[in-house]
Amino acid sequence: MATSRFIASLRRLRAVAMKEVRQLSRDRVTFGMIVGVPLMQITLFGYAINYDVRNLATVVQDQAQSSMSREFVAQLRATQVIHVAWQTDSASEVDRLMREGRASMAVVIPADFERRLQSETRPVVQILVDGSQPSLAGVANGVAMLPTISRHGMGPYAGGKRMAPRRIEIRTLYNPEKRTAVQIVPALIGVILSMTMVLFTSGAIVRERERGNLELLIATPLGRLELMVGKLLPYVGIGLIQVTLILVVGKLLFAVPTVGHFFDLYCAALLFIAASLGLGLFVSTLAQTQFQAFQLAFVTMLPSILLSGFMFPFEGMPEAAQWLAQILPLTHFNVIVRGIMLRGADLPEVWPQALKLVVFLAVMLTVAVARFKKRLD
Amino acid sequence: MAITARQLTRRFGEKTAVDHIDLDIPAGRIYGFLGPNGSGKSTTLRMLCGMLLPSDGHAEVFGLSVVKDAEAIRRRLGYMPQKFSLWEDLTTDENLRFIADLYGLEGDVDARIAQARNTYNLEKLRAQRAGTMSGGQKQRLALAAATLHSPELLLLDEPTSAVDPQSRRDFWERLFMLAEAGATILVSTHYMDEAERCHGLAILAEGRVVSEGSPRDLMNGVGADVFEVEGADGSEAPRLLRALPWIHGVTQLGVRLRVLVDRSENAPADQLRAVLKQHGIDAKIEPTHASLEDVFVVATRREKNGD
Repeated sequence: MATSRFIASLRRLRAVAMKEVRQLSRDRVTFGMIVGVPLMQITLFGYAINYDVRNLATVVQDQAQSSMSREFVAQLRATQVIHVAWQTDSASEVDRLMREGRASMAVVIPADFERRLQSETRPVVQILVDGSQPSLAGVANGVAMLPTISRHGMGPYAGGKRMAPRRIEIRTLYNPEKRTAVQIVPALIGVILSMTMVLFTSGAIVRERERGNLELLIATPLGRLELMVGKLLPYVGIGLIQVTLILVVGKLLFAVPTVGHFFDLYCAALLFIAASLGLGLFVSTLAQTQFQAFQLAFVTMLPSILLSGFMFPFEGMPEAAQWLAQILPLTHFNVIVRGIMLRGADLPEVWPQALKLVVFLAVMLTVAVARFKKRLD
Repeated sequence: MAITARQLTRRFGEKTAVDHIDLDIPAGRIYGFLGPNGSGKSTTLRMLCGMLLPSDGHAEVFGLSVVKDAEAIRRRLGYMPQKFSLWEDLTTDENLRFIADLYGLEGDVDARIAQARNTYNLEKLRAQRAGTMSGGQKQRLALAAATLHSPELLLLDEPTSAVDPQSRRDFWERLFMLAEAGATILVSTHYMDEAERCHGLAILAEGRVVSEGSPRDLMNGVGADVFEVEGADGSEAPRLLRALPWIHGVTQLGVRLRVLVDRSENAPADQLRAVLKQHGIDAKIEPTHASLEDVFVVATRREKNGD
């Protein structure tokens, strides 16, 4: 008796899942989004977001015109951060180029450059930065820190013995070339999944309500767990397809390595997919129309993208934002996925984050199941 | 009794959609809910299939509580919502197969689906998606789906509202076949001709049952004499008559007026004639039989006047 009931239950669950797959395969827009969203995002983010600034158009006004000042400019060039597009002796020319926005940076070497190098207190070189471009200020700091200019790095000049500066070695672990794509692509897995999973599932469930299908379903013996699981199951598959797509494109276009095991990566992805589906399910219990569901999905997505450490470094955020970020599954998934893909971590090594995802999933499911009634009121 | 309800009530906030209604609906019959939009027909049907909880009172289907035993009732019940609720992006066969799976149909499921296709004339629509079907075709598919598991009780919420007259006639033929096979059918409608075909009928207005019985009994016991007044068209006769307290209703039918006069009046025809003559209208007045519409007008008017 119990087994036959279980089999009947499985049959209903399977019927719901099959129906969902069939509908999905006929819904060209959604179907296109499954593949289109990851492809678009990965190319967009991979190519456009570039934290490593190179070849900034720079104007150099070398008033010293000494061998030492020329050597200094050559060293700046060698960093590839700046591209010396103009050399001039006129301050007004520098001014004009900056104002017109053609030069992002100006390096002004004073006439008494060599004497200033001897001094401990006077600034050696003036660097002008276009502050209207947000990411450039940081770059200027970076340039200022170059051993050539920084006061601590002045030693070689002060002694006048060697022109080669004593380099402060900055080693970047795990992403030695500091390529943004290597940081972005793993994080994109989570971003894309939280976009599509929450959007698709909340939309799919609310659509049934909006079109009146739910009213019919309620009148059948279909249980609410069967309905929920049956509807979510196809999206687990879709999520895994998307993960694969991102990994393949990340490898092909941006040569993003996967240091850790794929098995661990997929397990973590599965956990995150489940958490996102739980969130989608919860959203679906709040929304009456698809439009509301999409709006709510976006409301959950924005903090995920902004606070999870995907866009901005987590450490720089105010405490309240960090606290809020702890609630977001994407924050923890990003730690896990970067760990596995870039540092070659095993699942057990990232268990605290995995545990947080499990907790999030459990809470979401509990709330969603409690709210998802097999009634209209 | 297939359905009994006592003081069944449903409120939505301030509004009372269903107001303490009693129902006794025998098995194997076609029973109708007749009433205008907003009279509580859909809400009552939804409470009977456990989709909405009653705010007050209780109802039993096959002796099972609609609150506690909703799941058990659902297996024996077919429900056809007012709005087409099957999946528009699925074909006839896919929709029917899905419903068969939900009800856990045993044995040769394909044969049962084929039989349903045959009964409801869906053979040519097998591979057609429901979204591309006409109103009548959708309705046949919806009825095929609602009856696929041979339910003992069929709840139909305004099933013919989007359907042409011929499809409506065919639809009712099928309902009688189902009733003959032993099913109880509860159908809501706002069409008088459909209501007249039911074995039993409850007239609903503003959430209350204002009249109940077989259509014939209702028409006989209408509580008003019906007259047809000829030769008063284009005059102010309708306005004059409506103002009189002993007149329940005046309906214009082409050149004739259909006038409902309260039974308590003596020699109503003479009185009518006198009133009209006073205003210089010389009309021919003839008694006629009450129709279900007359019953409806009298019942809902009585409800409004609160007597």
